[in-house]
Amino acid sequence: MLGRLNNLFGKILLIIFIIIASNSAFSEENKAEFLKNDWSFNGVFGTFDRASLQRGYQVYQEVCSGCHSVQHLSYRNLAENGGPEFSAEEAKAIAEQFEVIDGPNEDGEMFTRKGRLSDKFVSPFPNIKAAAAANGGAYPPDMSVLVKARKGGAAYIYSLLMGYEEAPAGYELDDGVYYNKYMPGHKIKMAEPISDGIVEYADGTETTKAQIAKDVTTFLVWAADPHLEARHKMGFKVFFYLIILLTLVYLSKQKIWSRFGSKVEKEEEEVFDKAERVVTEYEGEDPNTFK
Amino acid sequence: MSEEKYVPKSKLAAWFDSRLPLLSLSHHLRTYPTPKNLNYWWTFGGILTFCLITQIVTGVILAMHYVAHTEHAFQSIEHIMRDVNYGWLMRYVHSNGASMFFLAVYIHIFRSLYFGSYKAPREMIWITGLLIYFLMMATAFMGYVLPWGQMSFWGATVITNLFSAIPFIGESVTGWLWGGFSVDNPTLNRFYSLHYLLPFLIFGLVILHIWSLHVPGNNNPIGIDVRKGSSETMPFHPYMVMKDLFALLTFLLIFFSFVFFLPDFLGHPDNYIPADPLVTPAHIVPEWYLLPFYAILRAIPSKLGGVIFMFASIFVLAVLPWLDSSKVRSSTFRPIYRKFFWVLVVIVILLGYLGAKPPEGIYLILARIGTAYYFIHFLILLPLLSRYEKTDPLPMSISDPVLDKPGVIDKFKKMAGKYEGENVGTFK
Amino acid sequence: MSKEIKPKRRDFLFTATYTVGAVGLGVTIWPLVDQMNPDSSVKALSTTEVDISSIEPGKTITVLWRGKPIFIRRRTKKEIAEAAAVDLKDLKDPQKDSERAKNPEWLVMVGVCTHLGCVPLGDKGEYKAWFCPCHGSHYDSSGRIRKGPAPKNLEIPKYEFVDNNTIKIG
Repeated sequence: MLGRLNNLFGKILLIIFIIIASNSAFSEENKAEFLKNDWSFNGVFGTFDRASLQRGYQVYQEVCSGCHSVQHLSYRNLAENGGPEFSAEEAKAIAEQFEVIDGPNEDGEMFTRKGRLSDKFVSPFPNIKAAAAANGGAYPPDMSVLVKARKGGAAYIYSLLMGYEEAPAGYELDDGVYYNKYMPGHKIKMAEPISDGIVEYADGTETTKAQIAKDVTTFLVWAADPHLEARHKMGFKVFFYLIILLTLVYLSKQKIWSRFGSKVEKEEEEVFDKAERVVTEYEGEDPNTFK
Repeated sequence: MSEEKYVPKSKLAAWFDSRLPLLSLSHHLRTYPTPKNLNYWWTFGGILTFCLITQIVTGVILAMHYVAHTEHAFQSIEHIMRDVNYGWLMRYVHSNGASMFFLAVYIHIFRSLYFGSYKAPREMIWITGLLIYFLMMATAFMGYVLPWGQMSFWGATVITNLFSAIPFIGESVTGWLWGGFSVDNPTLNRFYSLHYLLPFLIFGLVILHIWSLHVPGNNNPIGIDVRKGSSETMPFHPYMVMKDLFALLTFLLIFFSFVFFLPDFLGHPDNYIPADPLVTPAHIVPEWYLLPFYAILRAIPSKLGGVIFMFASIFVLAVLPWLDSSKVRSSTFRPIYRKFFWVLVVIVILLGYLGAKPPEGIYLILARIGTAYYFIHFLILLPLLSRYEKTDPLPMSISDPVLDKPGVIDKFKKMAGKYEGENVGTFK
Repeated sequence: MSKEIKPKRRDFLFTATYTVGAVGLGVTIWPLVDQMNPDSSVKALSTTEVDISSIEPGKTITVLWRGKPIFIRRRTKKEIAEAAAVDLKDLKDPQKDSERAKNPEWLVMVGVCTHLGCVPLGDKGEYKAWFCPCHGSHYDSSGRIRKGPAPKNLEIPKYEFVDNNTIKIG
């Protein structure tokens, strides 16, 4: 009886799974597939395109930094391995473009000075409230880890930048609110930030919206994950090493266990012999002569 | 029992061991008789010990750089990820290590359920194990709060709020957890302190867990008692040491796949947004390993009821050895129990899936069914099964199944018959 | 014959396993230790630039570098002459003043007593230069130990003149 109950339960579970699966497939959630791109940093062999990172920094600086901070980045990061790899002089020159608040001095006052490599990137606003107030109540998020803070990561950021469209007919949009295909809820308070030719690249790369979006996204991926390349490199070495050690340990284990195996065979033979004797004794025979 | 006694190899060893028997202990651990038929499901205890040590080592290191203050916590972790030498590695090993710790513990627990390792005389191993599991969950919960991201803050808010449902002491307990009127800086500080403390309590319990294991000895896949010191056991070193090492290295391959190539896959993006007490995330979810309990919590319509059922789902396991009184340990010989075991596995995974979904519509219905089944399984099905299930016949010894191999008995009969000149078929 | 080969092969496997394992262990230990070394934000602050344009002759300023005080003194001609005239035989830690101050007008020293680490007081002591109150060490106008328990002269850090008004320390 219990056996038949099992079968029934199995069937019920199957039905449950089918319900869930179909539910997920037809849910009304925002299921817009993100725009595809061949990101150089994707996949196990991923690395950053240095030129793209440098262009992306330029886009951040000229387009985004007016509203968005990257407070966890330091100017020296621009010269470190695994990133845009500006030269030390270039990075120093970049830092010196900015005024940094320092102090207090001997008179107890705060003062400003030229940025140094050791300084963090300056923020456009002194605090979150000031940033929100200057942007219609919507705080432009700090972008240091934005790529990791959004489902979809780089694909989402890129899609969002490219995803400004006319709202569908009858869609209500307040002042200062725009329609974006990829923003959850479709309403975003940032006006379309990039367009064709909005920056001029020193290396002559064409400045289409898509290219600009790709470069700044790449920059933001690095900003969120500056050790990506080191991590992948180390991952390889670790894997390679583990496979070797695993093989050696496996072979050692087999070798050691085979010793025990022969011991057991010997004992099993003894058991057979013993059983033999018992049977012959039972028959009334003499186990020593087997007669 | 029939382990050779430790013989000190030098005068110094003899002097030392007679005062603090560490060398005898080491000898015992090396020669500890382990059933020779253990399969790879038995390697997870060693893997878990490795996980605990890894979490403690990386945790102490992270504590050298982390700042437990609401103004600095998030930034201090970015400092670790960006500036501290190999800081990103320490952090990712610690965060993914927690997930791997729970993956291993679930496999370990389900192994015990399948092979009856919780049954007499191993009840204390089971109960110490349950306490370890509970402390693991508390540790992981508090650890997740420390980065002070959105999920850290709101997860802490939801769970600490639950305690206020407890009659009489609830409000006080919640106040003690908070250190104020809501989750804030005092909460963060005391969670940091306790997060550092609990793993050492876990370590102590692990010692009790292994000690209570060594008294009766390991269970084994066919669940019948082995004769210690016979050819049915092997000394722990080198046989099980090598097997455990091999299993551990395989486990590390999976662990490091996450650390190096998918380090944030098991986490939630919202925790990379600094905590904001004024903005609630769309969906508050704990880490994956707490999801089944989260599903049970939200399945019950009342606040106190949810809390009771959630804790009950953990602590009902404590009385399992008495709920399931079947004398047969291993599912190998319990065909009906075995089917319900797999149903339980599916239900627990289902509850985990539902824990990440909003508690409404079909998700809520299924969560209620899953919760109902969970308690029915332990409180009704298992006691009934232990009374009425017809189990398969047990072999005489763990060597028996080998001798039971088809052809072996015939060979034996033929051999005996050869010497007798008897009719093999009739043994007359 | 075969008995000889068997143990060799078996030993090789185990030796290889131990060796590979030990290498892995060593490689694993390194990050655990290296994380205690100065991190890149600390290393970035390992140099500091100081504006010396407003220091009068005969005056000393103190700046913080790598968490320690640095004395920067603009010496008068009298002080420079005094420092140069000292006989090396009288010094516990013999060192020419020209070795310590390449540009004799400027003396740049780590203001940490070489005895047990206190910060010496300026314009004090028998040599009218620096005096450490903790255990009575006297330093001269070149920062050299003249009297007291300190074993060495005040340390001269690595520094250079970026321009006439700025020195970079470290």
